[in-house]
Amino acid sequence: MSSIAKKENLVYQRPALRTEKEYSFCPGCGHGTVHNIILEVIEEMGLQEKAIGITPVGCAVLAYEFMNIDMQQAAHGRAPALATAINRMMPDKAVFTYQGDGDLAAIGTAETIHACNRGENIVIFFVNNGIYGMTGGQMAPTTLPGMPSSTSPYGRDVETMGGPMKITEMISQLDGVYMSTRQAAHTPAYVRKLKKAIRQAFENQQARKGLSFVEIVTNCASGWKKTPTDANKWLEENMFPVYPLGDIKIDGKLVK
Amino acid sequence: MAKIKGEIIIDVERCKGCHVCVPACNFKCVGVSPKVNSKGYNYVVFENSESCTGCANCAIVCPDAAITVYRTKVE
Ligand SMILES: Cc1ncc(C[n+]2csc(CCOP(=O)(O)OP(=O)(O)O)c2C)c(N)n1
Ligand code: SF4
Repeated sequence: MSSIAKKENLVYQRPALRTEKEYSFCPGCGHGTVHNIILEVIEEMGLQEKAIGITPVGCAVLAYEFMNIDMQQAAHGRAPALATAINRMMPDKAVFTYQGDGDLAAIGTAETIHACNRGENIVIFFVNNGIYGMTGGQMAPTTLPGMPSSTSPYGRDVETMGGPMKITEMISQLDGVYMSTRQAAHTPAYVRKLKKAIRQAFENQQARKGLSFVEIVTNCASGWKKTPTDANKWLEENMFPVYPLGDIKIDGKLVK
Repeated sequence: MAKIKGEIIIDVERCKGCHVCVPACNFKCVGVSPKVNSKGYNYVVFENSESCTGCANCAIVCPDAAITVYRTKVE
């Protein structure tokens, strides 16, 4: 070991709030990176004692094993309803949900929209990988036109299956939503931007401004049947045109 | 002239061989090992150590946070 690798020179290490357990995610899956950033922000803001995360049904279900904070797990799609209850019982806590697109935008559409409409003082993290990851790559409401999945093997046919649902744009129209943004997590620049957005969301929550919604467009290399680096390239070329990155609503005002 | 120098330490057993960190480094300091770890993944290795600035680009994109980064100024 050289002289550089010393404690006083440390600039990055595993987030302190991560448990020792190894992530169950596939190699290169965006879920892991997003978990890491959320935990860093919680630590930097000193919210470890206040944070309560609600995990979904999907690949992120085991977040309660990896995040060393209070966690609860909801029935499929119902995380915003559970978060509503917890936040109303304990308004001083920092309550957030962490959900995939099958969870949030399919089975949980109603809970998502109504929690947003009520302007619950929570943070919603929406990990959009365009597919149902855990169950084997079935089509989600967010699947791209023409994109093959295990339930649309010839590609999503918009005529019969509808087009990709832009749920972040939809909920941004609701008065209850104070902040909404779409970010990514697969390159250093996107990770740094995402971290700022996550911090802003928790700051809003702590200042009781209402609901903050952070979408993160990520890969599902296994579901897309690509290597992680190819999946990230495919994501930029195909997901970004349909799901453009950037803020949609800031301080309660639409900016896009 | 003072120069910024970095070093990364890779937790080979935590690496899942996704190689997302490889293009994240602007100085080609992360390479892929032909060897595999106990889970069978081709883990990444620190290369071109002279060029590393300790910017942490590789580490922050690692889903498994398998990279620890150090940085110092050398005269
Ligand atoms: C009520 C109910 N219906 C269906 C399932 C099966 N199921 C488990 S995970 C999942 C899809 C999750 O997909 P997504 O939210 O996109 O998350 P990802 O796995 O991609 O992260 C489904 C349908 C379930 N567990 N419970
Ligand atoms: S199936 Fe997809 S979403 Fe699930 S862990 Fe694997 S890469 Fe991630």
